[in-house]
Amino acid sequence: MKENQVIDQLATIKTMMDKSSRFVSLSGLSGFLAGVYAIVGSICTQYILDSTEIIHVSLRDKSFLLMVGIAISVCVLSIFSAYILSRRKAKKRNDQIWNSTSKRLLINFCIPLFTGGAVGISILIQGYYGLIAPITLIFYGLALIQASKYTLETLRSLGILFVVLGIIALQFPGYGLYFWTVGFGFFHIVYGLFMYWNFDRPAQQ
Amino acid sequence: MKNVIFHINKVFDNRIRLGIMSVLMVNESIDFTNLKELLEVTDGNLASHIKALEQEQLIDVIKQFVGKKPNTRYVATELGKNSFRQHLNALEQLINQSK
Repeated sequence: MKENQVIDQLATIKTMMDKSSRFVSLSGLSGFLAGVYAIVGSICTQYILDSTEIIHVSLRDKSFLLMVGIAISVCVLSIFSAYILSRRKAKKRNDQIWNSTSKRLLINFCIPLFTGGAVGISILIQGYYGLIAPITLIFYGLALIQASKYTLETLRSLGILFVVLGIIALQFPGYGLYFWTVGFGFFHIVYGLFMYWNFDRPAQQ
Repeated sequence: MKNVIFHINKVFDNRIRLGIMSVLMVNESIDFTNLKELLEVTDGNLASHIKALEQEQLIDVIKQFVGKKPNTRYVATELGKNSFRQHLNALEQLINQSK
């Protein structure tokens, strides 16, 4: 058997294995954008915190609700961008955006994510404010580690970074916003660009 | 070298059959329609390759009813998985030897 035949066979095998079990059309650019949104969001949040005179923002303050609004907007914008860009990437590769691989990805990503959300809300209600940022970072990292099995494997190391960041953040209550900025902002930007550079760019002929 | 040739399985010397086995190595099972979509082949073409693999006892066919609709799923047999793994190892050895 000639060498290029062997290479062809191996390539076919790998492609089919990935295509049937992983959602490969996840857009790296959307990760970059999510990071940008997060940075903008944290700048706005810092501005709100700086302009308020109250030392401890309570749950019923207008400024607190505004910050929650910013966080939610960042999330919604990121999800929307991910959907639009991934759909475009899927079309380019003649792949589907909505099939069994993407459904599996979504379910497995959401389980740790929603768990983290539930834990975060409970902590918020109980008043352990210093734990919110670390806990959300850790659960998001775990969600990424899970998801990496059903989409691009690169997400695995990103997830591990988030977990480590979250664990470090546990030691610095009160600096949650900074850790969030580093994680949801800079990590996403770096990884998004890395993934775009390696996977999404139109192939150089 | 002799060892390697023995494990290169002629049954797999076909892109579609390689595709079928690859999919079944990483998925518990798959149905006909999804397999067809993944491999981008016609009904008849897929059916003939499935038959070939089934005759070699490398895959099993599971026919069920989902509600009232008939649903045909395929799984790799133990023999199928082992044969495919051996084939993969042989391929990789060939690559390493020619380096």
